[in-house]
Amino acid sequence: MSKRLFVLISVLILASMLLAACGGTGGGATAKTLKIVSSLPMTGSSLTQTQTIVNAMQLRLDQAKNTACGGKYTIAYEPWDDASAALGKWDPAVETENANKAAADKSIVAYLGTFNSGAAKLSIPILNGAGPLVMISPANTNPGLTKADKDLPGVTDSYYPTKVRNYARVVAADDIQGKVAANFVKSLGAKTVYILDDQELYGKGVADVFNATAKEIGLTVLGQEGIDPKAADYKALMTKISTSNAGGPPDAIYVGMVVDNNASQLLKDKVSIMGDNNKVKYVGPDGIQTQAFIDGAGADIAEGAYASVAGVPLSELPASGKQFVKDYEAKYGPLTEPYAVYGYETMNVALKAIEDVCTAGGDPTNRESVRAAVFAIKNFDGALGTWSFDANGDTSLTDMTFYQVKGGKYVSVGTFK
Amino acid sequence: METTKKKNFNLRSLGVLVLVLYIVFLIGPIAGLDVPTIAASIKANPLQLIQFLIIGISNGAIIAIIALGYTMVYGIIELINFAHGDVYMIGVFTSLTVLSLTGTLNSTNPVQIVLGLAFALIIAIVVCASLNATIERLAYRRLRNAPRLAPLISAIGMSFIIENIGLMWAAQAWLVPSFGTTGGASQKVFPDMLSALFKATGFNGGDVNLLVASGLPLRLTVKDILVIVLAVALMTGLYLFVQRTQLGKAMRATAQNRDAAKMLGIDIDLVITATFLIGGGLAGAAGLMAGLYNNTAWWFMGFRAGLQAFTAAVLGGIGNITGAMLGGFLIGLLASFSDGYLNARWTNAWVFATLVLILLFRPTGLLGEQVGQKA
Repeated sequence: MSKRLFVLISVLILASMLLAACGGTGGGATAKTLKIVSSLPMTGSSLTQTQTIVNAMQLRLDQAKNTACGGKYTIAYEPWDDASAALGKWDPAVETENANKAAADKSIVAYLGTFNSGAAKLSIPILNGAGPLVMISPANTNPGLTKADKDLPGVTDSYYPTKVRNYARVVAADDIQGKVAANFVKSLGAKTVYILDDQELYGKGVADVFNATAKEIGLTVLGQEGIDPKAADYKALMTKISTSNAGGPPDAIYVGMVVDNNASQLLKDKVSIMGDNNKVKYVGPDGIQTQAFIDGAGADIAEGAYASVAGVPLSELPASGKQFVKDYEAKYGPLTEPYAVYGYETMNVALKAIEDVCTAGGDPTNRESVRAAVFAIKNFDGALGTWSFDANGDTSLTDMTFYQVKGGKYVSVGTFK
Repeated sequence: METTKKKNFNLRSLGVLVLVLYIVFLIGPIAGLDVPTIAASIKANPLQLIQFLIIGISNGAIIAIIALGYTMVYGIIELINFAHGDVYMIGVFTSLTVLSLTGTLNSTNPVQIVLGLAFALIIAIVVCASLNATIERLAYRRLRNAPRLAPLISAIGMSFIIENIGLMWAAQAWLVPSFGTTGGASQKVFPDMLSALFKATGFNGGDVNLLVASGLPLRLTVKDILVIVLAVALMTGLYLFVQRTQLGKAMRATAQNRDAAKMLGIDIDLVITATFLIGGGLAGAAGLMAGLYNNTAWWFMGFRAGLQAFTAAVLGGIGNITGAMLGGFLIGLLASFSDGYLNARWTNAWVFATLVLILLFRPTGLLGEQVGQKA
C-alpha cells in the first residue's frame, strides 16, 4: 500500500506544483500586481464588526474590478487576522508578525488596519521603517497615535522612528469622542458618573479623556477603575459601585472598552445589581456599538444602553455613502454595523492614492510615493462626505453620533460635534 | 491523605514575612490597599461586607468544582490537564443546547423549567465526562511514559482544539436560535432560568433575591444558594467516593505509587479513565451552574476559569481534594474583596501575590500533600 500511495502523492504534488507555476506566469504576463492587505481581529467578538469591514473593502475593490491605473496594475487584497484563539481578541504577537510580513513583502503598497489602537502602536514603527509602508486605519481612535499628548511628550514621535508620518485614519479620534461623550452624559441629566475601562490603550484612553472632560464640565467622577477583561463576573465590583454615590448608585456609568473584553458580562452584572439602564445610565464608546454586544447581554438587559460612534448614522450619509450601503446590502445582506463604511473608505483612499501616483506619472509600486499620495488627499469626495487628511493623518470630520439600544437594536439618537 | 509534617517557622522565614509585609504596605497603596479608606467604607456600609462574602463564596464554589478536576488528575498521573477548563466551557454550551432543544428556554411552565434543568445537568455531566475520558484516551495515554513535557504540550493542544469547537458551536444558530447571527466569537446569553422560575411561580414575590422582603440592602439569591449547595454536595460526594469505595481506594493507591498499585492487580487504565470521567462530570455540572449564575456562554470562558481553578488546586495543595475546595473558595473571596475594597485593576495581582506568598511558606500548598515519587 505504502509504495503506491507514495507514488500517487508524489505525482499529485508535482502536478499541483506545475499548475501553480502556470498560474504564476499567466498572471504576470498581463499586469503587475499590487497587494493591499488588511489586519483586523477576526477571531473574537469583534468579528461581527471586522467582517463587515472586510466585506466593504472587498466591495470597493470589486467596484474597481481589481485593477488600477487603467488596467496597468492588478490589485490583490488579502484580509489578515491579527487575533489569536489563545487570546480571543487581537494578539500583540500576531499583529507584530503581520506587520513584519507586510514589511517584507515588496508587492504590498498599503496596510489597512488596525482595528485596535493597541495593535496600531505595535505596527506603525515596524511599517515606518519599511519604505515607509502606509497604514490606513478604519477604526483606531486613540489620540496618541497621531497627536502628541502634552502629558506624555515624545510618545507619539517614538512611533515614527524615521520621522516620516506613515499612519492615517479615516475615523475621528477619542480626544473628540471622550469629550463629546462626557457632554452627552451631562445632557442626560447625570450629575455623578463612575468610569470603568478595559485597561487597553483604546479603552483606557477614551475613558481618561472622558474623565478629564467630565471634571471640567462639572460632573462628579466617583471613581475610575480597570476591569479584568476575562473575569467570570463583576458582581462584587458592581456592588461597590452601587453604593459609591453617598450610599446610592451613580447617575451614570461610562465604560471605555471593546466588546471582546467581556463587555456583555459587565452590563449583565450592572443590571442585576443596579437595575435597568434608564435608572443608572450606561454609556460606552464605539467599541461596544455592535450587535454582538446586545446579543451577548440579551436585548432586555441591553435596552437603554448608549454608545457613540464617529461620523453620522448610515441613513444620513451623503449620496455616495448611501450608494455604498445599497451596494453592500445587495451583496452581503442588511448592514447595521457602523464600521463597514469606514472600511470602504480606507480601501477608497488606498485606491485613490494609487491612481494619483499613476496620474502624476509616478510608480505605484514605490511605497513612499503611495504614502505621500495618501497624505496629500484633500477635499476627498468619499462615502463619508467631503474631507481631508491633516499633516498628522487625522480626518477633518469630527461628527459623533450617539446610539441607544431600543428593542434589541442600536438606534441613533443624535449627532454632536 | 495525611498532611505532611508542619514546618516550624524559623527565624529566617520570619524575616521573609517581615520583608513581605513591608513590601505589601509600601507598594500596596498603589494597588488600592488604602487602609483608612477601606475602614471607612466598611464602617459606612458594614452589610456590604456580607454581600462580598456571598459573592465570593458563590464564585469560589464554581472555581472549586473545576479545581477538583485538576487536582484529581494531577494526583493520579501528575499531569496538568490544561484542557479541563475548556471541558467546563463545553459543559456550558451542552446545557444551553439541551435547554434550547427541549424548548425550556422560552417556557414559563415551572415544571418544565425544573425538569429541563435536571435533564440538562445530566446531559452536561455525561457529555463532559465522556469528552474528558476521550481526551485522555487520545492525547495522554500514549504519552504516559514519555517525558513529562510531552503530555503537557498535548494538553495545551487539546485546550486549543476544544476552544475552537466551542467557537464553531456558538455559531450554530440552527441548533440554538438564541445564538443569533453575530457568529461564534461573541458572547451568548445563557437565560436566567432561575429568575424565570421565580417569576413563573410568583414565589417570594417573583423575586430571585430571597432577602428582598427583609428590606436589607443585601442580595442572597437562589442562584447563590443553588451554586453553593450543589458545590458542597458534589464535593462531599466526591470525598466520600474517594475515601469509602473500592474504586476510590484504587485511585488513592494509584496516586501513591502507580507501579506498586499495578503489581497489586489494580487496573491502572480503568482507574485513570474513571478519574477523567469524574473530573469531566464535575466540570459539566460546574458548566450548568456557572451558566445559571452568570448567564453567559462564551467559547473563551474556559480559559480563565481553568487558570483560576488550577491556581486554586495549587493553593490548596495539588492532589488534595479538600485543599482544592479550600483554594477555590479562597480565590473567590480574594477576588470579591479585592474588587470591592481595593481596586479592580489590581485584583489579579492580589490573587496571584497571595498565591506566591502562600507557596513561599508552604511550597506544597495549604493542605499540601506528598504526591508520588515520580517527580
